[in-house]
Amino acid sequence: MKICITARGEALDSMVDERFGRAEKFIIYETETGRFEALDNTQNLQAMQGAGVQSAQKVIASGAKILITGHCGPKAYATLKAGGVKVYTSAKGTVKTAIEDYLKGALKEITAPDVESHW
Amino acid sequence: MKIAVASGKGGTGKTLIATSLALSLEKAVLVDCDVEEPNAHLLVCPQWQLTRHVELPFPKVDLNKCSFCGECQRVCRFGAIAVLADQVLTFPELCHSCGACSLVCPSRAISEEKRKIGEIRFGIKNGLELIEGRLQVGEPMATPIIRELKRCSAKRDSIIIFDAPPGTSCPVIHTLRASDYALLVTEPTPFGLNDLVLAVGVTRELAIPAGLIINKAGIGDKKVYTYAQEQNLPILLEIPEERKIAEAYSRGKSLAEAFPEYKKIFLDLFEKINLQVKENVCKAVVSSER
Repeated sequence: MKICITARGEALDSMVDERFGRAEKFIIYETETGRFEALDNTQNLQAMQGAGVQSAQKVIASGAKILITGHCGPKAYATLKAGGVKVYTSAKGTVKTAIEDYLKGALKEITAPDVESHW
Repeated sequence: MKIAVASGKGGTGKTLIATSLALSLEKAVLVDCDVEEPNAHLLVCPQWQLTRHVELPFPKVDLNKCSFCGECQRVCRFGAIAVLADQVLTFPELCHSCGACSLVCPSRAISEEKRKIGEIRFGIKNGLELIEGRLQVGEPMATPIIRELKRCSAKRDSIIIFDAPPGTSCPVIHTLRASDYALLVTEPTPFGLNDLVLAVGVTRELAIPAGLIINKAGIGDKKVYTYAQEQNLPILLEIPEERKIAEAYSRGKSLAEAFPEYKKIFLDLFEKINLQVKENVCKAVVSSER
């Protein structure tokens, strides 16, 4: 299964980016093989508006079914939910620890946005 | 004659000047374009006559006709539509009402619905008409309301005074555009000067003649005066920093109402503006004949 982690860099030891819509990178990690790739999100990082919706579309298009991030606002959440992506928040530290935390069940899945728009 | 009162910095006294000027003239229209927090009515206290809604169109997708091709999402520059495998999400508050989505839809599945984003109120106080725009709390776009305010006031043949919002972003530019004169209210402080420079830049870009009013004169420093001289900006009026003015203002009284001597001062101010506008028109005619 593919999972997406919002990150500040392109490696597994990069720090998690706590913002979703304006995260710098998306790391798409395959749990079965441990392979991963980094997607650049500069375009949405600099977007005038609608970053959350566009970023959500990007995650859905990547095939990831799980998103691990710091926080998720209402429009991004609505889009991810409609695209069948489960959202786990409160991730901290490096991408690697965030993946481990998720696999251990230490992160919580949200059923509603945890922050307001333009957080 | 259309005069826009702007400042750059907030709290310099735009509304005090706009209301005092409007109340000093026998007949005028005052348009409160600070639609995020309109407050001219507090100093004018008009009798409200009429309220009109301001509505914007946004897309409504008929899922029975939609083929989920994603064309609407691709054409939308504002991220207001998300097309997924079996549903389409629209975000009205991101929509700029350009209509591109319904134009490109090959299945003709998109129609437009309207939603209210604010309102415009019309009030009367003696010879003064106050037109006020008010954006609904939570709505991000002020400019559609300002556009509507300008459309409503365009038909009036008296002197029109626009009270601009603070800053130098889109709502201010919409307010200033097509005005005959920009009356820039500043205060003689580094903050006042910093934002005044930006506001003057906007008036130059829009090719609108501008003059200064220095409010709270006596505080701060002399740098605004030096700047005005360097830039050849006339200082039309100085209003001293005085406790009695602040007290009257806090009771909702403009200068013209609280201190009768100010009525003449504002009529003189209007004459100076009138003269400058006419000179500007003459200059424009001369340069076009060359």
